Amino acid sequence: MKVDWTTFWPRIVESTGETVVMVIATLVFGSILGIAIGLLLFVTREKNILENKLVFQVLNILINIIRPIPFIIFLVAISQLTRLVIGTTIGTAAAIFPMTIVASFSIARVVENNLVSIDPGVIEAAQAMGASPLRIIFTVLIPEALGPLILGLTFITVSLIDFSAVAGTVGGGGLGHVAMTYGYQRFDGSVMLVTVIILIILVQLAQWLGNTLSRKFMRR
Amino acid sequence: MIDFKNVSKTFRLGKREVHAVNNVSLTVNEGEIFGVIGFSGAGKSTLLRLVNLLERPTTGTVYIQNIDVNSLSSKELRARRQNIGMIFQNFNLFNSRTVAGNIAYPLKLTGLSKQGIKNRVEELLRFVGLSDKANDFPNQLSGGQKQRVGIARALATSPDILICDEATSALDPETTAEILKLLKKVNKDLGITILLITHEMHVIQSICHKVAVMENGEVIESGDVFDVFTNPQHLTTQRFIQSVQQDLPSVNILNEWRLRGGKKLFRVIFKGDITNDAVLSQVTQKHQVHFNIVYGSVRELQEKLFGNLLISFEGNQDAIQNTLDELKTIVDIEEVVQHEG
Ligand SMILES: Nc1ncnc2c1ncn2[C@@H]1O[C@H](COP(=O)(O)OP(=O)(O)OP(=O)(O)O)[C@@H](O)[C@H]1O
Ligand SMILES: [Mg+2]
Repeated sequence: MKVDWTTFWPRIVESTGETVVMVIATLVFGSILGIAIGLLLFVTREKNILENKLVFQVLNILINIIRPIPFIIFLVAISQLTRLVIGTTIGTAAAIFPMTIVASFSIARVVENNLVSIDPGVIEAAQAMGASPLRIIFTVLIPEALGPLILGLTFITVSLIDFSAVAGTVGGGGLGHVAMTYGYQRFDGSVMLVTVIILIILVQLAQWLGNTLSRKFMRR
Repeated sequence: MIDFKNVSKTFRLGKREVHAVNNVSLTVNEGEIFGVIGFSGAGKSTLLRLVNLLERPTTGTVYIQNIDVNSLSSKELRARRQNIGMIFQNFNLFNSRTVAGNIAYPLKLTGLSKQGIKNRVEELLRFVGLSDKANDFPNQLSGGQKQRVGIARALATSPDILICDEATSALDPETTAEILKLLKKVNKDLGITILLITHEMHVIQSICHKVAVMENGEVIESGDVFDVFTNPQHLTTQRFIQSVQQDLPSVNILNEWRLRGGKKLFRVIFKGDITNDAVLSQVTQKHQVHFNIVYGSVRELQEKLFGNLLISFEGNQDAIQNTLDELKTIVDIEEVVQHEG
């Protein structure tokens, strides 16, 4: 049975909204967590301003364990934890939880990689001026890495749009859910086409925004 | 002002130990420009970084104004560091901040008011001659301009010590001269003690009062620049000096001189006031000996004159010997032997 497009548009708009909410919420929570973990990972590295082998190793191993797990498997694997924290495994909120965890660890790596590329001499200059480690984190590390960091976050955002669609197919809301139930299970090619086009537009939008923002902060 | 007392720094690379600084004792007096020179890997940077404890000594003690810096708490150390300006070979400016923002950074650490910071930044920009660049970003500046920002930033908190790690090594000769002039002004007008390291003897020659020569982590020679230049003891020191003032013609010319049956060559060194007198011609005339200047120069060092001549004598053997004996009481004179050069 094909959908009736005159009544189906509101459904599309609603799911697009859900997707955007999922992605933005995940990006916000994931960035807070991910930047914190990434900074911690960087400053506890060998010879760095708060060198700490134990903290570094624990975080490093944790990231290396979580990151390679395919998202769809991770989603199902932690569903019990999701139920415990969110109260349900279905809907937008239930999708945001696992997405945030995965995004945090990816963002942590992106943050770490960008911080590593800061000239150590610049950090040393701040130390030589008498700046404390915490001060260096907020007034040197973050501003110096901001341009490439935004590009990294943009890259993550694009993959979050992908993740949100995956989450949609197994109970999360959003465009993924619509594409799955109408496009795939009812063989309605037009629904599939519309959702794909909307996803592409979202990705383009995110990329454009990221590029524009990062250019503002690039100073090398 | 700064005292190194038997300071060593050993790095451990796996099983191997690198003695970057080896039992160094040095004193930098207040108001001096003290230069440390050495070839790459001699341990200069490590020595410098021991002053503000970017590197902690393995053994020995570094005193600043008679306080053992290693005994400071981390809070006291940060306060001490605000009183030690540092500039770098690669400038190490914050790329995300404007010129003014870079200079303001150390001032913010001191908790100065916004207006106070603004005034001080303007003052510093004027001092280094970059008032028109306040709102530019470092990537819009030339190397020399970047180093000026580096110097302004290092001076922002009015430190009593400025340490410079190869401050001019990334710059062309003309810009180097400008930056050296600026450092001299910093020392003279602001009375800031400067400890600098370099591998270029002309930097030492043009602005330093004192010099220490480092090799393999050790200080092999140190003293007043004039004394070290005019009477270098160590072969490495002699080589550094020859890099700025060639005091001997090339081996080829010397050999040719000898092959053609040239006379014995003597090096005569005049220091200071003696260069004003007609010493050579007076003494040789007295003994009726002729002299021939083969090679040499008279130059200014630390506002004193320094002459270095290669001469040969013609005349009676005994007269020549008498001439030499008399000259020895007035100037440094010695025969140039084959292996030199
Ligand atoms: N953090 C470090 N870890 C291990 N070895 C080091 C470290 N820093 C310096 N070294 C070693 O110590 C020695 C002295 O290095 P240093 O940087 O002080 O020399 P330098 O005189 O400043 O040389 P250059 O003119 O090349 O800058 C070198 O052999 C260097 O490899
Ligand atoms: Mg060095």
